[in-house]
Amino acid sequence: MSAAEERAAPVAYISPRRRSRRIANALRGEAAQGLLLVSPTFLYALVLLAAPLALVLLLSFWTQNYLEIDRTFTLANYREAWTDPLYRLLMLRSLAISGIVTVLTVILAFPIAYFVAFHVKRNRALWLFLITIPFWTSYLLRVFLWKVILGYNGVLNSALIWLGLIEEPLTFILYDVNAVILTLTHAWAPFAILPIYVALSRIDRSLLEAAEDLGDGPLRRFFRVTLPLAMPGVLAAALIVFIPTVGDYVTPRLVGGSDGLMIANIIQVQFGKANDAPLGAALSVSSMAIVAAISLMLLLVGRRIGGASR
Amino acid sequence: MSAAGRSMGLRGYALLYLLFLYAPVILLPLFAFNDSAIIAFPLSGFTTAAFTQLWETPALHAAVWNSLKVGVAAALISTALGICAARAATRSRFPGKRPIMGLIMAPLVLPEIIIAVALLIVLVQLGMPLSLWTVALGHVLICTPFAVAILSSAFLALDQSLEEASLDLGETRVGTFFRVTLPLVAPGIVASLLISFTLSLDEFIIAFFLTGSDATLPVYIWSQLRFTAKLPSVMALGFLLLLFSLLLLIAAEWFRRRARRGAGDEGWI
Amino acid sequence: MNAPLIALDRVEKRFGAFTALHGVSAEIREGEFFSLLGPSGCGKTTLLRCIAGFEQPTGGEIRIDGGSMEGVPANRRPTNMVFQSYAIFPHLDVAQNVGYGLRRLGLKREEAARRVEEALAMVDLAGYGARPSGKLSGGQRQRVALARALVMRPRVLLLDEPLSALDKKLREQMQAELRRLQRAVGITFILVTHDQEEALIMSDRIAVMFDGRIAQVADSETLYRRPVSRRVAAFIGVMNFLEARVSAASGSGIEAEIEGLGRVALRAEQAPGGAAGALSAGVRPELLSLLWPGESAERTAEGVVEDVVYYGYMTDFAVRLDGMARPLTVSMRNAAGRRAPAKGERVRVGWSTESVVLLA
Repeated sequence: MSAAEERAAPVAYISPRRRSRRIANALRGEAAQGLLLVSPTFLYALVLLAAPLALVLLLSFWTQNYLEIDRTFTLANYREAWTDPLYRLLMLRSLAISGIVTVLTVILAFPIAYFVAFHVKRNRALWLFLITIPFWTSYLLRVFLWKVILGYNGVLNSALIWLGLIEEPLTFILYDVNAVILTLTHAWAPFAILPIYVALSRIDRSLLEAAEDLGDGPLRRFFRVTLPLAMPGVLAAALIVFIPTVGDYVTPRLVGGSDGLMIANIIQVQFGKANDAPLGAALSVSSMAIVAAISLMLLLVGRRIGGASR
Repeated sequence: MSAAGRSMGLRGYALLYLLFLYAPVILLPLFAFNDSAIIAFPLSGFTTAAFTQLWETPALHAAVWNSLKVGVAAALISTALGICAARAATRSRFPGKRPIMGLIMAPLVLPEIIIAVALLIVLVQLGMPLSLWTVALGHVLICTPFAVAILSSAFLALDQSLEEASLDLGETRVGTFFRVTLPLVAPGIVASLLISFTLSLDEFIIAFFLTGSDATLPVYIWSQLRFTAKLPSVMALGFLLLLFSLLLLIAAEWFRRRARRGAGDEGWI
Repeated sequence: MNAPLIALDRVEKRFGAFTALHGVSAEIREGEFFSLLGPSGCGKTTLLRCIAGFEQPTGGEIRIDGGSMEGVPANRRPTNMVFQSYAIFPHLDVAQNVGYGLRRLGLKREEAARRVEEALAMVDLAGYGARPSGKLSGGQRQRVALARALVMRPRVLLLDEPLSALDKKLREQMQAELRRLQRAVGITFILVTHDQEEALIMSDRIAVMFDGRIAQVADSETLYRRPVSRRVAAFIGVMNFLEARVSAASGSGIEAEIEGLGRVALRAEQAPGGAAGALSAGVRPELLSLLWPGESAERTAEGVVEDVVYYGYMTDFAVRLDGMARPLTVSMRNAAGRRAPAKGERVRVGWSTESVVLLA
């Protein structure tokens, strides 16, 4: 028992210092430990994300003359951002494009997610891997390759001419809104598939059997059980696609032409050539506020639809 | 429609969808080896000239080197930050946990251009010169949420009683971390490093806004897209990048699975 | 040797608004096999984790060998634990698992190896040292966990539902083996279990816990025969409850009127919870018997068989005594050549005043 006694021995000497122990104990508590542990990451995000975003907000109320920043509070930037027809057009176009892209991606993605979750028995991991591989090519190059496919003497046009379906190359598919929508729909596909797949694969199969047992046919069962239970995944997919696409810069720039430009392009111009950072900041803040408001609405509506499944 | 018919229909749709997903990627090797300066059909002949040209472009080598430096720095820092946050998020309750974790994970749903703009403003205000370091700072921001997600699942798969058992057997907290926790989550850490590195390697917007005179690989590619003559070599470069990313991803996936198996969890996702 | 090895002094544990332990006090003696028994959520595991040092009590004190454990982390306590999940380190082999804690003791390499081998032999796993821990069966994992804790030669071994993951046969075998092992090493064991039979079989003394409080501490027989409350009685084994009214109580005896059984005179210890608040009487089913014509008993009552449940080695009869609203359960061992009464038959039930316990 010698080793055990050695370990037990210090115990007897502790009681006189119990008070300070108690304080040390409280500090060593779970909450303090958690806070201490998370603090490096939290501080990093605070200094390099929260503070910069706050500064963007501040900047949007200032004005700039060449390199001079005038720090008197003004709403002029917002007035311009919300009334200038160009900015309004770009904002509405960005929202419309993102909205269409979101709906398209989710609708196109759902059957794939459903197929992998319910009809693939083995090789599920392989299918998911196959779906994600194309997205590890450089994003720039993927967008550029769509330009190659859709271009005047691109892959699509040469194929259609070769098939004899058309005689002159089609021109309405590149450098306009359609090209932007197609490219974005492609770019964000896996981000829609994965959350829906996760939601579908979590559905307890006995629930589906119960629905069938209680007299539902496949279609009724799908709309009454499967879809409501998959709603959280569908909602996540929609948000994951919608939020970042509103601010996409590369796709409109490469395949959008002048008719397909979006809000991010004009924000970049304000910080670059136009040299009007406060207006750029106001545009950034405005678009983020609009996106946040729409997302919140989507979330609330989704909660209501999927509410029963929670 | 019968169940088998539905399954067939879905399978057909899935294959068509895969074709759509792969359409641009298939073109990469086609045009990389095509003997023509114009990126269009019909293909004219097989050549490896584009690859030779890559070998002879010093600006590209500089860009690759820059991207490697940024990628390694971003991977190391974001994984270290990820370990802290994932550990705290999976093992403790603390006040303000939701907003704190929300802020850390926010870059997942913020348009990259907003992050880039915000960082740019701060750096300009502070008078800090733009450099590869500033790019790395931005990349850490967008890689950290991925690191946190990967490492959280590694920490969750780790049975908490293993660490308690170690303490119970007389080991200290630090000793427990090195003798039990680290060996069991090591595959998750490797996966996080690989994914963060891959993300950084491909990131364009932040690099575009925050870099000084040194271009990273995507910034270099962006500058080359304007010159038609350079396109075949860009295709070749893209093809090589795809192969390299795939290698990293397969490695990351392998480690991620080992992390789960090691901790006694056989499940997928 | 009179001082208890472990003293729990009004130990209280709160998690936010929820109180898991309401000032629990108990004393555990050196060399004892002590069990904490109760339904899930009663606080027994929390109490064990407080003793081990994984939870800090929010009030009261735990003393081991007279020394307060306040502020002493788990790795500096003379306790070792066998976890419910066993917590076998998956990246280490059997010998490395067992030898894990020895590294901090600064033993010589040969000495450590010898102690590991010894511990493995003790749990019948001699020669398994090089086995990877992933290749072990449930029973073997349990033995490794046991060896890993015992090799530390703790003052107290804590066992958190160690047998709940095993199947019934293996569980019964391990119960006997754990008991044997505890006698052999002489270390104090504290076992947490929700299985009353397991607790009765293995323990020297049992603390029954409900809702964060200890309801009774006693040896198996006392606990079974003289439970202090209706709740304890119902949790341990099967008990018939009858309405009762105490008509007179003095230091030496109690007189009570019991539903269906009539007026009885009981000794004071037959009301372990005190006679004052007693509202019901309890009788174990196996202490009642169905009498054959000609057989006699200290006291008898008559009734009708309402149901018969056959268990193979025994049969339960639901008998409604004359003047009672609900039937009583009478358990009879099945014997050759005896015809069991059928449903609807009138029977005589024999009982003794000694088998009655008064409960609050």
